[in-house]
Amino acid sequence: MAERTGTVRRVALGLLVPVALLAVWYAVTASGAVPAYQLPAPDAVWRAATDLLTRGELGVHLAISTQRVLVGFVLGAAVGLAVGAAVGLSRLSEQLLAPTLGAIRAVPSLAWVPLLILWLKIGEDSKVTLIAIGAFFPVYTTVSAALRHVDPQLVEAGRAFGRSGVRLLGTVQLPVALPAVVAGLRLALAQAWLFLVAAELIASSMGLGFLLNDSQQNGRVDRILLAIVLLALLGKLTDALIGLAERRLLWHY
Amino acid sequence: MNVDLGSTTGGRQQPALSVALSGVGRTFPTPGGGTREVLREVDLDVRAGEVIALVGPSGCGKSTLLRQISALDAPTTGSVVVDGVPVGPGDLRTAVAFQEPRLLPWRTLTANVAFGLPRGTPKQLGAARVAELLELVGLADSATLRPRQVSGGMAQRTSLARALARAPGVLLLDEPFGALDALTRLRMQDLLLNVHAARPTTVLLVTHDVEEALYLADRVVLLRDLRDSTPEDTSIARIVEVPGDRPRDRADHELTELRAELLEGLGVAAHHTPAQPA
Repeated sequence: MAERTGTVRRVALGLLVPVALLAVWYAVTASGAVPAYQLPAPDAVWRAATDLLTRGELGVHLAISTQRVLVGFVLGAAVGLAVGAAVGLSRLSEQLLAPTLGAIRAVPSLAWVPLLILWLKIGEDSKVTLIAIGAFFPVYTTVSAALRHVDPQLVEAGRAFGRSGVRLLGTVQLPVALPAVVAGLRLALAQAWLFLVAAELIASSMGLGFLLNDSQQNGRVDRILLAIVLLALLGKLTDALIGLAERRLLWHY
Repeated sequence: MNVDLGSTTGGRQQPALSVALSGVGRTFPTPGGGTREVLREVDLDVRAGEVIALVGPSGCGKSTLLRQISALDAPTTGSVVVDGVPVGPGDLRTAVAFQEPRLLPWRTLTANVAFGLPRGTPKQLGAARVAELLELVGLADSATLRPRQVSGGMAQRTSLARALARAPGVLLLDEPFGALDALTRLRMQDLLLNVHAARPTTVLLVTHDVEEALYLADRVVLLRDLRDSTPEDTSIARIVEVPGDRPRDRADHELTELRAELLEGLGVAAHHTPAQPA
C-alpha cells in the first residue's frame, strides 16, 4: 500500500512541471503577449493534431518514425554488442579496433548524411543506417568497458569450474556486465531518436523530422510544436519500456 | 550431518586421488623486465585421502602451488600429476574453493552450488546432489537466497559446496576460512572434517593458521619464502607428520612442541607465543 502511494506521489510530482508549463503557455497566448504566428495556443496545436490525424497523415509520420528508430536501434545495438564484446574481451581486438572506432565516433552525425545518401540513396536504408550508427556507439562503449572490467576473480572462478570461451561469456562475463549493457541500450535508444530527426530533417517525405521541416517551410508553428511534443512523448515512452525491461532483468542484482 | 552422498550421485563420486608434484617451479616476469622465482623444485607425494596443510610466510607461493594443481596456472618447470595423469585446464578431478567465496551475485545459493556440477550432469541428478550438499553444509534453509543476503561464513560454505559439487578426487582449499571470525572458523574446520568423513577425498589446504593446520591435517608442509633463501634451498622447508587421529583435541599438549616448531619455521619466535589452548 505504501508502495502504491509512493508511485502515485511520484507520478503526480512528475506531472507538476508539464502541467505548469501548459498553463503558462496558455496564459501567455491568451493574453496576446506573443503573436500566434510565433507561439500558437495549446488548443491550436491540439487542432493541428486532430486535423492531421483525421487526414491519416499523423499516423503515417508516427509509424514510419517509430519503425526507423526501432530497426536502426536493433541493428546498431546488435553490432555494438558484438564489437563491444570483442574489444572488451580480447586485447588484440582492442588494440586493432579501439583507435579507429574512437575516431569514427568523433564524426558528428550530420557529417554522415551526404555520404549515406550518395551510397544508399534517399530511401529507408540510408536513414536506418544513420540511426544504427547512432545506436551503435553507446552500446559499444559501455559493453566494451564493462567487459574489460569484469572482476578477474569471478572469471577465474568460472575457469576453475570448467567454463571457457562462449560458455564463460554467457555464464559469468555477460551477466556481470548486464547492468552496464542495459544502461548502454538506454543511451542508444535516446541517441537513435536524435539521429532519426537528423536523418528525416534532411531527406525524407514522411516522418516526424519531415513534419518539422515541412512545417517550417509552410510557417506552421502549431505543427512544429506538435512534432516536438510527440518526439518528447515517444522518446519518454520507449525509454520507460526499456526501464521496465531493466527492472525485470536486474531485480536481483 | 550423516548424509549418504553415494546414493544419489549414481556412483559418480570419484574416489580420493593421489597427487604427485615433482620438480615443480614457477617463475613470474616482473614489470622491470626481470623475473621472480616463487616456487622451486617442489617434490611432494600426497596419498589418496590424505589431508595436507600448506603453511608458510606471506608471499611464499602457497596459493601459487595450489594453482598449479588446479591447472589455473602452469608450472615453469616440473610436473603435476593426479592419479598418474598430468592435470590440464578445467580438470574434473580437482575442485577449488578460494579465499573469497567468489559466488555469482545474481544466482541463488542453489544455482551457485549447481555451477560446480560437471558439464552434462543429468538435471535431476544434479538437483538432488546440490540439495544434498546444501544440507551437508547446513544451508538447506537458505537455498533460495542470494550471496549478498547471507553472511561471510554462509557464503564460504556455499563456495565449499560448489567445489564439492564436482565430486572431486582432490579438493583444493585456498585459505577458505581466512576471512572469517574466529568462532565461525572453528565451526568451518569441523564442517570440513565432517565433509571429509562423508565423502573421502584428498585435501590440500592453504592456511596461515598453524592451529588450523595441526587440527585438520595429516601432514603439514612448511614452505619458505625464496626471497630469503640460499640457491640450494627448495620451496619446501620441511614436512611435519601430525600425530594422532582426527578429530583431534584442540588443546592437545602433544602438539605444543610441533606448534612451536612450525611457528619458528614461520619466523615467529616461540617464546612470544605461549602455548595456550585456543
